[in-house]
Amino acid sequence: MNVSMNWISDYVDLSGLDIDDLIHRFTLSTAEVEDVYHLGTEINGVVVAEITKIEEHPNSKKLHLLELDLGDHTDRCVCGAPNVRVGMRVPFAPFGASVVGMTIGEATIAGVVSRGMCCSAAELGIADSSSGLLELPEDAPLGKQIKELYAFEDTVFEVDNKSLTNRPDLWGHYGIAREFSAIAKRPLKPLDLDDLTKYDALDPVPLGFIDPELCYRYSAIRADHIQKTVSPIDMQIRLYYCGMRAISLLADLTNYVMLELGQPTHAFDSRMVGTIGVQRFPETFAFKTLDGTERKIDPETLMITSDNHPVAVAGVMGGENSEIVADTDSVTLECATFSAVSVRKTSSRIGLRTDASMRYEKTLDPELCAVAAGRFLKLLKGIDPEAKVVSRYTDCYQYHYPQIELHFTKAFVDRYTGIDIADAQINDTLSRLGFDVTEDNSVFDVKVPSWRATKDVTIPADVIEEITRIYGYDNFNIETTMSALRPVKPLQVKADEAAVKDALVKTFGLHEVHTYLWCDAKKLSDLKIPLPENVRLLNGMNPDATILRTAMMHTLLPVLKENRFYAPSFGVFEIGRTVKGQKPDGTANERRTLGVALLSHDKERTVFLSARDMIASILFDIRRQHPTFERVEPINAWEHPANTAAIILDGKTIGTISTVHPEVAAEIDKKASLVTLELDMDSLAEIKEADLKYREASRFPGIDIDLSFVVDKDVTFRDVTGPFFEDRDETLIGISLVDIYEADVKSMTIRLSFVSPNKTLQKAEVQAYIDRILKVLAEKNIRLRTV
Amino acid sequence: MAITMEELRKQFYEHLQQANAAEAFEELRVRYLGKKGEVTGLLKNMGAIAPEMRKEYGAKVNALKEEVEASIKSRIEEAHAKELEMRIAATERYDLSLPSTLSEGSYHPITLVQREVEQIFASMGFAIEDYDEIVDDYHCFEALNIPKHHPARDMQDTYYLSNGQLLKTHTSAAQNAIMHKYGAPLRAIFPGRCFRNESTDACHENTFFQMEGIMIDENISISNLIYFMKTMLSEVFQRDVKVRLRPGFFPFVEPGFELDISCAICGGKGCPSCKNSGWLELCPCGMIHPNVLKAGGIDTDRYTGFAFGLGLTRLAMMKYGIKDIRDLNSGNLRALDQFVK
Repeated sequence: MNVSMNWISDYVDLSGLDIDDLIHRFTLSTAEVEDVYHLGTEINGVVVAEITKIEEHPNSKKLHLLELDLGDHTDRCVCGAPNVRVGMRVPFAPFGASVVGMTIGEATIAGVVSRGMCCSAAELGIADSSSGLLELPEDAPLGKQIKELYAFEDTVFEVDNKSLTNRPDLWGHYGIAREFSAIAKRPLKPLDLDDLTKYDALDPVPLGFIDPELCYRYSAIRADHIQKTVSPIDMQIRLYYCGMRAISLLADLTNYVMLELGQPTHAFDSRMVGTIGVQRFPETFAFKTLDGTERKIDPETLMITSDNHPVAVAGVMGGENSEIVADTDSVTLECATFSAVSVRKTSSRIGLRTDASMRYEKTLDPELCAVAAGRFLKLLKGIDPEAKVVSRYTDCYQYHYPQIELHFTKAFVDRYTGIDIADAQINDTLSRLGFDVTEDNSVFDVKVPSWRATKDVTIPADVIEEITRIYGYDNFNIETTMSALRPVKPLQVKADEAAVKDALVKTFGLHEVHTYLWCDAKKLSDLKIPLPENVRLLNGMNPDATILRTAMMHTLLPVLKENRFYAPSFGVFEIGRTVKGQKPDGTANERRTLGVALLSHDKERTVFLSARDMIASILFDIRRQHPTFERVEPINAWEHPANTAAIILDGKTIGTISTVHPEVAAEIDKKASLVTLELDMDSLAEIKEADLKYREASRFPGIDIDLSFVVDKDVTFRDVTGPFFEDRDETLIGISLVDIYEADVKSMTIRLSFVSPNKTLQKAEVQAYIDRILKVLAEKNIRLRTV
Repeated sequence: MAITMEELRKQFYEHLQQANAAEAFEELRVRYLGKKGEVTGLLKNMGAIAPEMRKEYGAKVNALKEEVEASIKSRIEEAHAKELEMRIAATERYDLSLPSTLSEGSYHPITLVQREVEQIFASMGFAIEDYDEIVDDYHCFEALNIPKHHPARDMQDTYYLSNGQLLKTHTSAAQNAIMHKYGAPLRAIFPGRCFRNESTDACHENTFFQMEGIMIDENISISNLIYFMKTMLSEVFQRDVKVRLRPGFFPFVEPGFELDISCAICGGKGCPSCKNSGWLELCPCGMIHPNVLKAGGIDTDRYTGFAFGLGLTRLAMMKYGIKDIRDLNSGNLRALDQFVK
């Protein structure tokens, strides 16, 4: 929103103050100023002139030669404007004068020398484009500098609309002026309003059904005999500087009142309205708004009606069927307050955001309706003295916001601020902002003004903001707290996450990446991975990215593929969230999950087993427990049926490690070995670190016994060693693999290490144990090699 | 006649001269010094020596024995030294300029920035919390004083989910749960990934990281808020950061602020990076709204608190000069592999 400092100065005398500095303080105290413009400074030497004679240009049908009366002398120029006529007063820039973007010199236009220019509104910087000269009033004094007559020079600043969302009162200049009054500590002048009670004896504007739920206040008043159609130059300048354009007097007046008070009003051509209603329609229908666009009006949309026919979308835009036209001489002015939510929803439904709807969305003060009517009529009658009010101010005020009274003490303010702001200053600030303050010995009773009471200020903490922002945050102390320090226990999940990341990066050389929470259907289909059944986004912008990932691989495998030329061997990982369906209560089963994807040109067996060693080493490092790996059936498309294993720690499955299914692997990289690993970090967090039980080293030598087996190819190391663990001799302290050789059969040498805490063991002492186990193994067809 | 001592010595040196391998030296040692060795054998001639000469003769034989022993030893050492020299000379000179085969890993830049900020707050006694990415309407909005139909819900384009939940739009969504978990007094930060339903470009991402912080105690004031913000940001940027507060509207704080820091690029004089203002808008903050405290089970008569939100993604971009926000979620290792600690 643009704010004109000239307009502000109508209501606060800021003379003697640095305007730019005040605007800076507005940023610090009220809302963010995005830009400051010093307008009109380029205009120089432009004066009022009357066209006294128009001659045809010898070489052009469009151009004219004008003779101009400048009061004490005359001048001539070539002019191309179509709207020239004798007796018309126009702004004239003589030789040496300047307008926006240029200085007037001598120019030869189609063979005729011209030393001056009659100006359009655009050339004076008060319109985007113009089709003719700016027409000045008939009584504009000839030869007078237009800058002395009209306020072309102005400082205009742009406020970030987003920083005004909570302040309905700041959507008009008067509200902003109130802020400047508090910032500059200068009095705020009252608004100049027409007294509406004068018209109480007149007939009402006929009002019918007014929706009691969505229309808080609907008021209307009618004026006839309006002769003037063009707004005064000063009004046109302000409208343009504030981002609107002059259209016609009545339309301009509604805009001017809105820019001044923040209250939108609507001007109906009285001929087109009968009994006015505010209602919703049971059926959806098409309605043409005054921008000429057909809109779909559904049963939720609040409409203004005339004799039950729609004439405007309430709070958004009028209809083409009732708009002000060229010969309108009677206006029915609507000043109303509608439900902010209803206007906001309507506006987004029909895809039309207007200056009016933007303001209504902020929850306007219904008290403003009568103020806007009074202001409109005051301005109208000032501009067009013939205009006559022909109805009473007809008011259907259905919802009054309660008067909010707040009670607080200075101690409360001190506690919030940490500094000492004097009673008098609190009182002064709040009073200037329109609060009704009663103060007795540092106890404050404050009545919130209506324009702040619709949602903005409701509790004492809200008043703190008023006091402190005007006091200035730059004036605060910077002070630490007196809070007691307590030890902080780190979260297990955070500690695990850090340890796992460190190990993966520093020890195992993997790369951390971040991927999205949802699957990319296209990328997965490229990898021949079906989309999972899962919770999905309802309103995502990309229809290919809606289903949340159930596994990290849904997003990591595409990353692995995209990086496949990065290096011959590399790995990526991410600790993120996966969603494994829904819990019984319907909420998403969100799991912190580690995903690791490896690509290598080593043998797959090597890559797979090193990945296993990697996770085992990390888990032992953080839990002092060794995981086991249990072959399981794959559940995901990328998991290889032969080599998918559960990662089990402390008896609980906490993850999966697998080589990649050939169908998927072929789509990622035909030649590489691929391994994936997922670990549920939430499950891991529940597993406690095993205690360190100190084992004294025996002072006696132990014995190692090597056993060589010849077994079938599918017999695993675990198959061979399992029985030793299941029935473990107390002196057996370790089992290791000495050698393995695979051909048609598998030959495997294992070493059993025995040691006794209190004597030197002899082979004979453990042989009985070994024989017992060998017997068990023999039952499974696992036998020692016979030389 | 048996061989004389001198002949034997001469013969020995001839043999020693010819010997060149470890076995040959051993052979020589056995031949001359062994029990049946030739030098040892000289002692067997003792009987032929005049008694008065025997002592002298014995001493001579022993001297020869020592001489032979020392000569062999010296030749062994010499041969060993020579062989060693040859081996060393033949040893390959390794090419140190060959590329490393050890792969160096990398952290995601967000991890590095997040750890840095976490450490700063941990050092000030803040708990570091972690919260869900999928939350419900209550935690993301209601409990934060953002009732239904509040325009603030429009400001955040929320991803709604098929199961009725939503993706958290801000880390503030954790405030309520954390207040209930710890009660007052409380100081905690909670970094997390947030989501906004908007189209992406170089400056916008639908998935990004924030870090929220709250501090609740008796008499926590705006002055304390400024202190913690200034201290934290000075640590983060490793310089004395100037901060300023402006009014800012966020439903979950009252008063609410936009916190600006002095622009590091121009030093506050004004430049294109700070739109000539000398200040960069960095983090929203404010005094926690009493309704939010109440929803979190905190006694508002006794406690006040402040909250702030820091854009970790933005911080990482500022710190590392990352110009396109989309690089962060690209998974592109050619960009991401440079972040090592």
